[in-house]
Amino acid sequence: MERSVNYGGNDLNLEATELRLGLPGSDEHEKQSSPGVRTSNKRASPEVAEESTSLSNSNVSDARNGDQDSAPPAKAQVVGWPPIRSYRRNNFQQKKTEADGAGMYVKVSMDGAPYLRKVDLKVYKSYPELLMALENMFKLTIGEYSEREGYNGSEFAPTYEDKDGDWMLVGDVPWDMFISTCKRLRIMKGSEARGLGCL
Amino acid sequence: MYFPSKKKNAVYVSPIKQDIHPIDFSLPTEPMNHKRKNPDPSPDSDEPTTQLSSPFPDEVLERVLSLLNSRKDRNSVSLVCKDWYDAERWSRTHVFIGNCYSVSPEILTRRFPNIRSVTLKGKPRFSDFDLVPPKWGAYVHSWLLVFATKYHFLEELRLKRMTVSDESLKFLALSFPNFKALSLLSCDGFSTDGLASITTHCKNLTELDIQENDIDDKSGKWLSCFPENFMSLEVLNFANLNSDVNFKALERLVSRCKSLKVLKVNENITFKQLHRLLVLAPDLRELGTGSLLQDLTPRQHSELKSAFNNCKNLNILSGFYEVTSIFLPVLYPACTNLTFLNLSYAALRSDELSNLLIHCPLLQRLWVLDSVEDEGLEAVGSNCPLLEELRVFPASDPFEDEILHGVTETGFLAVSYGCKKLHYVLYFCRQMTNAAVATIVQNCPDFTHFRLCIMNPRQPDYQTDEPMDEAFGAVVKTCTKLRRLAVSGLLTDLAFEYIGKYAKNLETLSVAFAGSSDRGMECVLKGCPKLRKLEIRDCPFGNAALLSSFRKYESMRSLWMSGCKVTMDGCRFLAQEMPRLNVEVISECGNDGCQADKLYVYRSVAGPRKDAPPFVLTL
Repeated sequence: MERSVNYGGNDLNLEATELRLGLPGSDEHEKQSSPGVRTSNKRASPEVAEESTSLSNSNVSDARNGDQDSAPPAKAQVVGWPPIRSYRRNNFQQKKTEADGAGMYVKVSMDGAPYLRKVDLKVYKSYPELLMALENMFKLTIGEYSEREGYNGSEFAPTYEDKDGDWMLVGDVPWDMFISTCKRLRIMKGSEARGLGCL
Repeated sequence: MYFPSKKKNAVYVSPIKQDIHPIDFSLPTEPMNHKRKNPDPSPDSDEPTTQLSSPFPDEVLERVLSLLNSRKDRNSVSLVCKDWYDAERWSRTHVFIGNCYSVSPEILTRRFPNIRSVTLKGKPRFSDFDLVPPKWGAYVHSWLLVFATKYHFLEELRLKRMTVSDESLKFLALSFPNFKALSLLSCDGFSTDGLASITTHCKNLTELDIQENDIDDKSGKWLSCFPENFMSLEVLNFANLNSDVNFKALERLVSRCKSLKVLKVNENITFKQLHRLLVLAPDLRELGTGSLLQDLTPRQHSELKSAFNNCKNLNILSGFYEVTSIFLPVLYPACTNLTFLNLSYAALRSDELSNLLIHCPLLQRLWVLDSVEDEGLEAVGSNCPLLEELRVFPASDPFEDEILHGVTETGFLAVSYGCKKLHYVLYFCRQMTNAAVATIVQNCPDFTHFRLCIMNPRQPDYQTDEPMDEAFGAVVKTCTKLRRLAVSGLLTDLAFEYIGKYAKNLETLSVAFAGSSDRGMECVLKGCPKLRKLEIRDCPFGNAALLSSFRKYESMRSLWMSGCKVTMDGCRFLAQEMPRLNVEVISECGNDGCQADKLYVYRSVAGPRKDAPPFVLTL
């Protein structure tokens, strides 16, 4: 037999401590009456989520929230979601880079060259190998990479266009990440190249 | 109450009250000093046997009861009367403990003196998804210390989600001369050095099964530690381990162990090496391959195919960590008798899966990645009429990549049309509709386990934009045998009303990002009489829900709530009202009004645990 527990008064005062979204003084129950209104399906407030997921910086963005901007926000990482064991999760990365069994050919352009070339990124295991191949292909010297100076000290700087369409300096990110985001390569030369190194 | 038994000076522990549901950890829920409701038969052993005792000698009763294997049956038997309780406890050789903190090793060994095999589960299941901080507990060592004296002849130990140290493994290897089988699933805290202790010292080892553990993989030397005259191994699974083992040592081991039935190698074993192993062990029942890469010459192709052809007993295939298309045909001859095919680490395309499945007419269980897409699942429906279990895992991280591929309701539907015996499904998909689920359960009304994960949290029916309430309503209404349910998608309290109203056999429920109010959880607690495990994350359930049926938690194994709206004072109230529950909270702040970030409630006869880390508050 369940005792009815008094929630109204003395001990718990749940109402006062209840965390909910919405302006103070607004109606307590945001009932979901139609599919268009999603507000009542919010999880506990953002502060709580940050506390409870202290292991990561996750913050679920409810892409269907009517309150937010019309463009659905990019999906944010949620700790432990989807519910797959970490053992399986570790297999994700591998699958991505193997997706194209036929090789990962990207165009390489060099400033001033009459035509473009293509290289298969899969053939190389690291940056030095790639850069050496480019040096051979275009008969030039690219020089040493340093995090601070880029490729300063050389006439040329290897850059690439990533998935977002931005032009990035080759060498900043880990190799595996590079080959999965690189869309094309461009070897910049002259003052433009040196300019990059000064950033 | 304690009753000395005439023959063995055993301690009598009162059995559970009749109104508590049969439990799976086979131990009474009451602490030992709790009075029973019903009058006892006389404890005085000099009195003549009354009509309550059994009419035949204890030894016969024990003999009969020793034939019982099901733990549910044994629980029931132990409730009949004192004699049966005693006979059962003396004849039990295997014990299953679903929550290592529900009982202490002392209580366990006191009740069951003759145990040879122990299965222990530790952390809450959500620890698999990084929701439980490290160093939470579930240490096996304290159990081993007691077992070393009380169960000196222990033969088997199966651990899941426990913390196991190298020291524990060494202690295990040295303390039990008859030790035969070790299985570690999703455990952590140990390294390959610990495994080396086992392989070095356990002379009678028949099983070494290392699966999905968080292990410090230092080297493969452990394999070389098996003595040269060691030949009892029947099961070896080291697929979890990444470091290279000495292949020659493995080869010698396999050729010596004539009873080897299960061999699952790691991804460093090449196809050439696999070939040699198959030639040495053609009687394998279960095989886990390594990597199947590199080029195959026609001769190698036919040799490998022939080796597989000789494996007439192969029922289970797994592994496939790296596999290219050309290798798949060599498996075809081995697929004839296959009942379980685990391709969940191989990102196969639909055509590759399709071609493989044509050769697997007897398949009962299939695990795949969603790289096979709906088309691949159509092939499942067409080729596997005996299929009972299907699991489809995501091939890539849905937050890193756009979910452009993967599976949808179409694939699941196709399987349900072709596989009428389907009763277990785990399905990760990017979209689903209420109508599809309703049709699926019409086709397959015998579901016992229905675990659907629509990967985008709170996603509605993509065709109607409505919540997925009706889908799960259809599941619980139609599938009367349902024991396990995992829900997802946009869900209101209505879904939970359905669950409470119809899911009368439900034992395990997993909920995430669902529900509209406390009512949802209340309906489930009030409505599901057989509920044993309830795990909830990121739902708007608060103290009112938590406390609505708090007595029920004593009939359950455990409750997990994280990211919900329960507060510390609600939890304290629960702890106060139910002293036989352990109420543990992980929270940033301990004040009454604060959110209880992670709540774990479980019944226990052992009282609050003594090894809780500082971040776990026991209320």
